[in-house]
Amino acid sequence: MAGMELLSDEGFRIDGRRPNELRRIQCRMGVFAQADGSAYIEHGNTKVLAAVYGPHDIQGSKGRAAVHDIAFINCQYSMATFSTGERKQRPRGDRKSQEMTHHLKQTFDGAILTHLYPHSQIDIYVEVLQSDGGNYCASVNAATLALIDAGIPMKDYVCACSASFIDETPLMDINYTEESSATPQLIVSILPKSEHLVFVEMNSRLHEDQLSRVLDIAVKGCSDIYHILDRAVKEHLMEASIPLSSDT
Amino acid sequence: MGVNFQRLDGRGTYDYRKITITFGIDRGCCHVQIGDTRVMAQVSCEVTTPKQTRPNEGLLYVNAELSPMAAPHFEAGRPSQQGVELGRCLERCLKESRCIDTESLCIMSGMKVWAIRVDVHVLNHDGNLIDACSMAAITALTHFRRPDVTVSGEEVTILSVEDQDPIALGVHHMPICVSFAFFHQGKYLLVDPNEMEERVMDGKMVIGMNKHRELVTLQLTGSMLLHKDQVLRCTQIASTKVQEMTKLIEEALKNDVHERATGGQFGSASSQDPSHVTSHVTTEKTMEEVDTEALRELARETVLKGRETDRESPGMTRAPDITLLGKQTGRIGEGGLSSWDVEDIEESEEDDVEMIADTNVKVVRETSHISKCLGIDSSEDSEEDVTETLAAHHLGVHESSRGASGDTTIDLTTALNQQKRPAPGRERGKVKR
Repeated sequence: MAGMELLSDEGFRIDGRRPNELRRIQCRMGVFAQADGSAYIEHGNTKVLAAVYGPHDIQGSKGRAAVHDIAFINCQYSMATFSTGERKQRPRGDRKSQEMTHHLKQTFDGAILTHLYPHSQIDIYVEVLQSDGGNYCASVNAATLALIDAGIPMKDYVCACSASFIDETPLMDINYTEESSATPQLIVSILPKSEHLVFVEMNSRLHEDQLSRVLDIAVKGCSDIYHILDRAVKEHLMEASIPLSSDT
Repeated sequence: MGVNFQRLDGRGTYDYRKITITFGIDRGCCHVQIGDTRVMAQVSCEVTTPKQTRPNEGLLYVNAELSPMAAPHFEAGRPSQQGVELGRCLERCLKESRCIDTESLCIMSGMKVWAIRVDVHVLNHDGNLIDACSMAAITALTHFRRPDVTVSGEEVTILSVEDQDPIALGVHHMPICVSFAFFHQGKYLLVDPNEMEERVMDGKMVIGMNKHRELVTLQLTGSMLLHKDQVLRCTQIASTKVQEMTKLIEEALKNDVHERATGGQFGSASSQDPSHVTSHVTTEKTMEEVDTEALRELARETVLKGRETDRESPGMTRAPDITLLGKQTGRIGEGGLSSWDVEDIEESEEDDVEMIADTNVKVVRETSHISKCLGIDSSEDSEEDVTETLAAHHLGVHESSRGASGDTTIDLTTALNQQKRPAPGRERGKVKR
């Protein structure tokens, strides 16, 4: 991607956004009937489906590692074979998606009130339908909505956002083009009310002095996403409660 | 971690264990030791076809191996969660930070490139694998030399090492990981956690950095909640640690170059003490620094209390002795006397009771009638100790018996009788006196 201008002189990014702008986020909750909770989210062109089952009895071989006084969180991250520009050979099981599965599990281990459900398991299945950067972020946000839909108690919403740093400017919510060029990438997920960091990951080179600024913009992105998700949840509840109120 | 912020092995909160870097005879083999954690990295190269998307870039593979040799809970075969995490962390640290100049590895654009492979093997796991692995990997890459090639038309010739000096890889910068362990939801933080600390920690943060203070990876693992300030503080600590470690690596590399040039001793074999071929290299332990006075006091109280309660409960005939076998090892009770070989008891000269001098606690080491006490002779000195120790104990416990008997010798007998031991050996001891 050398030679491509990621940030124009006028201060616009490659997809026309300003540095501190999120992509358009659209979401829906309760997209599946079978799952206890489900959600669909779009971050620009990144599209993710999430389904949550549980809490239920511990099943499967993975559950053998479970600690019995808290709920066992089982995650599965999978990318549809048609989600990327080049067709993927395996939707899951490669190192990167194994790592992503692990990161999702870790994130939600910290956010779900697992001690309320001893001897049980909560499944989170995430499927990336289209990948355009920020897969982890979209997955976390979708899973949060699905967990809320399933009515699983959490400390707070978990909101994730990525950030980068190009030409002395911190960028919020980076897309695939920005991600794949040699720019630093910081992924953060937070609990928006307390601004506690649940998960942080950084790739590529970034000077220590800039970390604070990039972290700030990522956290800002997370709290923006929180407002969007919160509004979506409230709207969903309104819709769901209208038929109830008309019945009585 | 004590009140004075000292760790179990005597380190401070931000201290690393002793780091040793050695090289193999071959180029590209590096062996890093942090305390008892041992890791070996080996770099190799081959000629392959490049990826279609990047036709003029060489390839870099990073592979981490957690063999069952390193720790009992590592399994052979499919990489575990920890293995995947370690591998990905190294990959991010080395590959995605672009520390190796991959373009210089191109031989013929779109046709032939060098593929460099780093295999990191964990030999012994005593915590903080990521730091050790990242150090070993980057040092091995810097140490490695690939053979030179000549291209004439379509023909590529790989020149042997004898014909042409091999070429070093272009290393742009040296990323090194520093691990932090968090306890009590981030209230306490430790650098370079050892295996014991890793087992009880809430979570871990790995910061990969180079000496120019550029972050290359940052990763939070474990379910804990942190604040932004804590992350920033860790990066500050990491930057100083990385400076020190880079200096260490550069020193080691310089030393190796010098030794090779002057024909001195080099390679990891020469760095080992030949009289000491064990896997467990005992580095200087700073165990003495830890204050165990409180523990000793506790042990003493337990012994005394045990004796007291023993007196009170008539059912028990024998006090549970806490036996200190030496520094940091102990044993409670011996499971009573052996009722199997009665002859043996009679044959054994006497019950040998010895006091451990330096503890100054009335902890009694009883090595009675069992062949395991072969090494200990019953000298006159230890007989002296018998009298003192037992007298002190039983005098304290039984004021009345002391009042009845004025003589210490008699006191010993009563004390021994109270213990209701088979007497023959004891009697003999008394006669001796």
